[in-house]
Amino acid sequence: MEEEKKDKFLAPENEIRQVAAPDGSIIEVNPLEDYFTQDRPKPYKVRKGPVEDFLNWARAESLWVLGFGTGCGSIEIPPLVTPRFDMFRFGIQMRATPRQSNVFVISGYLSVKTLKRAIRAYEQMPSPKYIVGLGSCTINGGMYYDSYNTINRLDHYLPVDAYIAGCMPRPEALLHGFEGLKKIIKAGKGHKANEYIENLDWYKANQKKIIKDWNMPDYNW
Amino acid sequence: MQKGINNLIEKFGASDLEVRRPGLSFITVENTKAVAAITHLKDIDGYTILSLITAVDWIEDGIMQLTYLLNNPEEIAEIGLRVMLERKEEAGESMETIHHLWPNAKKWQQELKEMFGIDFPTSPGLNDPFILEGWDAAPPYRRDFDTNKYAEETFFPRPGRETHDPAEHMKKNMYPNNPSDYTNKKYNPNR
Repeated sequence: MEEEKKDKFLAPENEIRQVAAPDGSIIEVNPLEDYFTQDRPKPYKVRKGPVEDFLNWARAESLWVLGFGTGCGSIEIPPLVTPRFDMFRFGIQMRATPRQSNVFVISGYLSVKTLKRAIRAYEQMPSPKYIVGLGSCTINGGMYYDSYNTINRLDHYLPVDAYIAGCMPRPEALLHGFEGLKKIIKAGKGHKANEYIENLDWYKANQKKIIKDWNMPDYNW
Repeated sequence: MQKGINNLIEKFGASDLEVRRPGLSFITVENTKAVAAITHLKDIDGYTILSLITAVDWIEDGIMQLTYLLNNPEEIAEIGLRVMLERKEEAGESMETIHHLWPNAKKWQQELKEMFGIDFPTSPGLNDPFILEGWDAAPPYRRDFDTNKYAEETFFPRPGRETHDPAEHMKKNMYPNNPSDYTNKKYNPNR
């Protein structure tokens, strides 16, 4: 039964297939094993003293936000780029890909389908990385608390550094939240990415409980 | 009378005509004659656009209702064709597909299969995941599906959640000394 289910949900690009090598020989490729490492991720090193303080200052003053709007709250982010709110003056800017960003704003409700993409994007971001939960939906489900398809508590699936309450929070609240995140980072408490890796089994069990068609590597490097 | 309605009644035995406004009528046909009626409407009466297919779960009456909303751009008129299927306990009502008339019908039917569990045999890609991925519970739009219970079992509800009836909350917090003030105020929506 388990095998059937796995096959049903396996994406076509992840199926085992025959590939011609440059020298003409035919080799078998299993994308999930060959294209992704099976190693467990390791926590990054947290230094001590003034070095760590300096690094935290640098991290806090260059928050690069992944441009991935997951729910209705993402409509509050575009105004931040405009002159009225202007988040660039705080060192915050939007980035196009997970590889270039270190802040992930989960903006509003998160459906199970989007959670799968959010996990992929989060795990591809370089550490240290931070998650800001925007809106009531990420805290306790908000008005979608009894929905069959949106998660209730974001911190059971991804490590959240800061929550911004509201439905919806205004752009000012978002700026305030980013200021709070800066304080957390400067105080040396912004190492939730390490917590995620240390408690990876718990997070993965929670994630797999609701993502029943798990057809990607356990950790998306 | 809207174009095509007479034909539906005379040729296809349609009943329960409900005229909402000029240019929008709803009418019920038997499920065995529905595809023939839709074909007639499309090919002869000019209802060339399939606006939507939707379903209503009348759980008390044991009926699963399908509504085909067809649009006639020449006459600026719409007909909602209702088809009453016998509701089954465990999903799996069956209806003929109309993807040969409009290719986009297959997406509507795919969604109905996923959300209501209504089967459309031979519709292409019917069982592919569309909105839900990896769904293994009952179709969530059926009314016997308890979304609250499902959410509590599946997700992790944060304890301490309370709900307040706005009227009761206002009586208690804004007029604690004399709750009847609230009922006398002109802005009371329940008055």
